[in-house]
Amino acid sequence: MSVRHALLALLSEGPKYGLQLRQEFEARTGEVWPLNIGQVYTTLQRLERDGLVESDDEGEEGPQKGFRITADGAAELAEWLRTPPDMTSPPRDELVIKVLVALTLPGVDVRDVVQVHRRYVVELMQQWTRLKDDATDDEVGFLLVVDAELFRLDAVIRWLDAADGRLARLAADPPPVVTGSPLLPPRLRRRMGARP
Amino acid sequence: MTALELRDVSKVYGVGPTEVHALRNVSLTVDAGVLVAVMGPSGSGKSTLLTIAGSLELPTTGEVIVEGTSLASMSRNERARLRRRSIGYVFQDFNLLAGLTSLENVALPLELDGVGAKRARVAGMQALEELGMSDRASRFPDELSGGERQRVAIARAVVGDRHLLLADEPSGALDSVNAEGVIRLVRAACQRGVAGVIVTHDAQLASWADRVVFLRDGRIVDQTMPPPGPESLLTPDARS
Repeated sequence: MSVRHALLALLSEGPKYGLQLRQEFEARTGEVWPLNIGQVYTTLQRLERDGLVESDDEGEEGPQKGFRITADGAAELAEWLRTPPDMTSPPRDELVIKVLVALTLPGVDVRDVVQVHRRYVVELMQQWTRLKDDATDDEVGFLLVVDAELFRLDAVIRWLDAADGRLARLAADPPPVVTGSPLLPPRLRRRMGARP
Repeated sequence: MTALELRDVSKVYGVGPTEVHALRNVSLTVDAGVLVAVMGPSGSGKSTLLTIAGSLELPTTGEVIVEGTSLASMSRNERARLRRRSIGYVFQDFNLLAGLTSLENVALPLELDGVGAKRARVAGMQALEELGMSDRASRFPDELSGGERQRVAIARAVVGDRHLLLADEPSGALDSVNAEGVIRLVRAACQRGVAGVIVTHDAQLASWADRVVFLRDGRIVDQTMPPPGPESLLTPDARS
């Protein structure tokens, strides 16, 4: 989450004070991302240094100092909104690594390992769903954040289910074992963040 | 109060080399007012569990107890009456009768049970109202959207005084907004005191349940613990 761009977005609605920016940021993200006031002021200082916001010249440092977005800031914000985040390389996913390791260890039932993680993720989803259930329709920002988290966790469950199915099929019809073959081709190993 | 109990239930289809163990020693208790989700891949025994819980099939071994009465001690007719009176089903493909209006579909289980047409219609209308569908009462299924059809199916499943709601992939092919609408209705029925069991492979749907049971190869292999308060998600750690 880019605090820098979130602050620019809030300032694009009109001039605001630092404390106000923090409150609005938290309110809009459904208080899922708490932000400390120090973080707000350091970010504002950097934005000012880069010419993306301006502050009241006379106002003293502190809660009474107002900030407003510049034309460069507005352009930066518009550019950021339309720039897709980098999703090209798989993130170094600890869960994937754990399942891969379980696959190679003797005496470990991979499907049991998969189930431990599946249960944990479903329990997390139950908690997010309770939050969604308690929310009212007008808490749009919060509901979107909760949905995003539920879809992310849902994708993890789908991967675990797919892994489980693949392993079950493999157990029913094992392929000939080639000794010494690496678990992952070297190129993918690097991308998964495995050490050489 | 325990609405449904499965005690050490097994179900075997076929004999000899073609024998299939659909369920193996499954025990499950569902109290009134509680929604339980059963998750598992295709072929794990989910649908068999539901048909046995709903007395549509009998187990090979083990016992099914609905509202304190063992199904094995009942005659075929008594089981059929139990199904009409106490158990509501929601299927993936809705199973509404095309020639009947929404209201007629919803009132049908009561009429089959010998309730007078007028009383059945009043109860049917009440069930439709609870699901926000009273203005669609005289529409036929093909005049309704997918989400509306599933609402009618849920109304039919909870009409009258039903205590057990069984649903097989109740959100079927609905989009995520309509699917959420359906599961919210199922959950609301449970909050009014109905015991609910849904079988699904959809984790988002299952996460509405109070308890999620995991089925693999006909066995219950795991279940969720009662979740801590959701506040735990909103600590500063939630940022990472």
